[in-house]
Amino acid sequence: MSMFESRRLLRVLRRTVVQAVPTVLGIVVLNFLLLQLAPGDAADVMAGESGAATEEGMAMLRRQFGIDLPLLQQLMAYLGNLARLSLGFSPRYGMPVGELISQRLPSTLMLMGLALVIALAVGIALGTAMAMTAGRWPDRVISVISLIFYSVPGFWIGLMLIVLFSVKLGWLPSGGQETIGGGLAGFDMVADRLKHMILPATSLALFYVAIYSRLTRAAVLEVASQDYVRTASAKGLSPLSVTVRHILRNALLPVTTLAGIHLGGILGGAVVVETVYSWPGLGRLAFESVMRRDFNVLLGVLLLSSLLVILANTLIDLLQAWLDPRIEVR
Amino acid sequence: MSLVRSTIAAAAALLFGLGATSPAADAQQPKHGGTLRFVMKYEPPTLSVLNNTSTTTTSPKIWDGLLTYDVDLKPLPMLATSWKVSPDGLEYTFNLREGVTFHDGKPFTSADVAFSILRLKAGHPRGRGTFANVTEVKTPDAKTAVVVLSKPSPYMMVALGPSESAMVPKHLFEGVDVAAPPGPPLHIGTGPFVLKEWVRGSHAVLERNPNYWDKPKPYLDRVIIRFMPDAAARAAAFEAGDLDLGGSAPVPLADLARYKNHPKLAVDTRSFAYTGAQHQIFFNLDTPVLKNKKVREAIAHALDLDAIVETVFYGQAKVSPSPISVALTTWYDPEVKARKFDPELAGKLLDEAGHPRAAGGMRFPVRLLINPFIDGRLAEFVRQSLRRVGIDATTQNLEFGAYVKNVYTDRSFDLTIESLTNVFDPTVGVQRGYWSKNFRVGLPFSNSANYSNPEVDRLLEAAAVEVDPAKRKQAFSQFQRLVHADVPSVDLISPLEIIIANKKIRNYARGAEGLGDNFSDVHFVD
Repeated sequence: MSMFESRRLLRVLRRTVVQAVPTVLGIVVLNFLLLQLAPGDAADVMAGESGAATEEGMAMLRRQFGIDLPLLQQLMAYLGNLARLSLGFSPRYGMPVGELISQRLPSTLMLMGLALVIALAVGIALGTAMAMTAGRWPDRVISVISLIFYSVPGFWIGLMLIVLFSVKLGWLPSGGQETIGGGLAGFDMVADRLKHMILPATSLALFYVAIYSRLTRAAVLEVASQDYVRTASAKGLSPLSVTVRHILRNALLPVTTLAGIHLGGILGGAVVVETVYSWPGLGRLAFESVMRRDFNVLLGVLLLSSLLVILANTLIDLLQAWLDPRIEVR
Repeated sequence: MSLVRSTIAAAAALLFGLGATSPAADAQQPKHGGTLRFVMKYEPPTLSVLNNTSTTTTSPKIWDGLLTYDVDLKPLPMLATSWKVSPDGLEYTFNLREGVTFHDGKPFTSADVAFSILRLKAGHPRGRGTFANVTEVKTPDAKTAVVVLSKPSPYMMVALGPSESAMVPKHLFEGVDVAAPPGPPLHIGTGPFVLKEWVRGSHAVLERNPNYWDKPKPYLDRVIIRFMPDAAARAAAFEAGDLDLGGSAPVPLADLARYKNHPKLAVDTRSFAYTGAQHQIFFNLDTPVLKNKKVREAIAHALDLDAIVETVFYGQAKVSPSPISVALTTWYDPEVKARKFDPELAGKLLDEAGHPRAAGGMRFPVRLLINPFIDGRLAEFVRQSLRRVGIDATTQNLEFGAYVKNVYTDRSFDLTIESLTNVFDPTVGVQRGYWSKNFRVGLPFSNSANYSNPEVDRLLEAAAVEVDPAKRKQAFSQFQRLVHADVPSVDLISPLEIIIANKKIRNYARGAEGLGDNFSDVHFVD
């Protein structure tokens, strides 16, 4: 990397941080206020789950959750915590929110990561195959398949995969992220984890496979008609070399742009897949926090997700610049 | 191998020959070992029932109670080996079991009993009522605890099971916030299993307590509790052989038929007296049209309870027409019968009440809500039944926090299908819904109808302190007839507990507490 490039990189990072702080602050305050609109509070839900309550008990719970205080005071207390780099405490879980999230984050990131890798790899491969056979039967067949992936809801695909691979064939586990109490270590543990990840990651990926394959197909077709591709063929390069180095590399730009945007969306889609596969991830934590009105946890998850999106966008900017040097990282 | 097996057989025969008092019961010496995979729908904030009652099936595995109960609610010894109630019903003396230790090795004494009961009185959602009259718990010696009451509390004797009143170690819980859900380091009890790990959002692993007082129990090596919120996922996990046991209808009711002939799984449907399950419709008596008793009677006549049992609950429920659930066999008055299903009569009553059908066939609109823990199809059934007699009911599906706020704080409902379970005693579980002094805006599961009848109040208050069971039963009978005549609620059905179990496990629900059993007797058979 040249001196010029690394300085440019630093400038990008500095600018990202400067823009991220007010964005995140805005997100926190907005989220905090929006959440107040939800009817019922944590004490109502806890009492509801118990199926019994007394007035003293409700008051005690509200004091525990700190929701007996005036709204502004609650917000200031939360921001005060943030300033000290603490995400606060969840009385429901009896542990700091930071700890709670850091327990869940790795498993969600792994799931998202694997899903995105599967989606990109399969999507780009299928898309290229479709473009290369455009108008002929392989193109048509893959088109139909990707349309099905696109339109069928993720939870249904998830359940069908479980029925096929866990119930009927017995090849893969039906849910969870590890063999509970298996006491595995080393390679066995990694293999066990992977086995548990295949089905949820695939269910999560299929929707995106459909998008990326369509997108790749269109981009490849467009790029293939460019002059420089004809030149490459004319100078005697093999069709494979032309496809991979000259067409695909240029066709990837829209795919990577979209993948960056999807990073945030996958976190949302993970809620469904994590529920179907009993996967103890961040999506479910967020969903359950909404249902339980455990807003310290929810605000923490939302804050972290917004940071993730900002980070992903920065990475994509840099990746784009690498893929196409003509793109200026501004 | 065969040698080992025959040695075991010989040892078993020896045990059988020497120790068995009732050969029939001991014919199968339970075998040790195995992991039970138990599924729960929702992950509770703690596994302890100390201040949260969504844990009635998890807590008993870790914490014992003073007593436990057979299916008819007859008390059986647990941590208390014997007990005595003074004739005036104001003093309960419990003699405690010798040689019981907590999981951390510290001995269990009367000081722990005294601490636990007062803690339950301070923080348990129902304990505050159950133990309200407890003035002190005397501890004359380490193995005797005397509970002293200001007024008789006949229901207290049924409230001492492990699924309701856990005995916790004083040395760990002293100084802990009463409202805070106890975290894993505080999961130390005298129970048959010890908490080993709890991965939030996924599962908890309980290991056999080798020092359990009830030797040779527990038989299982391990109990894994999995938390799976999705019904279809639970069904798939059962079918894939990844789960052994689950309660509260772990699979969708529509799927139950498939399990009837399953080679490895059994469907077990029963009614347990400790939970007193009951679904009922409460009227908001502040709604002008519903102030007229004829309208409420008409609504009762418009509902076909047998059809509800058959269609909504697939037969897995009993018609339960009285404010006291049929599951509470001791207190339910069989003379209280459901109003006849008669839409024509309902229409006539509505006409008489001054609500003729307007153009379009409807008489008046009502807002119908449903507790989201109940199958939403019940609301659909009620809605259609009401529309049939010309009541324009609109349903709204709310999630839990919103439901509680709508009904109990905002009171923005006309009819609500509620699941006010009767638990183990009407004073604890039924009184809250009908006692005029418990009309408290903002308090969940209070008197949502705003029903007030001085005679009903008097009967409830009398029954709460009546020591003579016969007189108490009489008071509750009168209460049931009065409420049934006043119609502040239409009592519908008592859903059965639906358990799906691996056919190879035994004794998972021995007494009235159902799956709130401590699982010490659970074992696998070949």
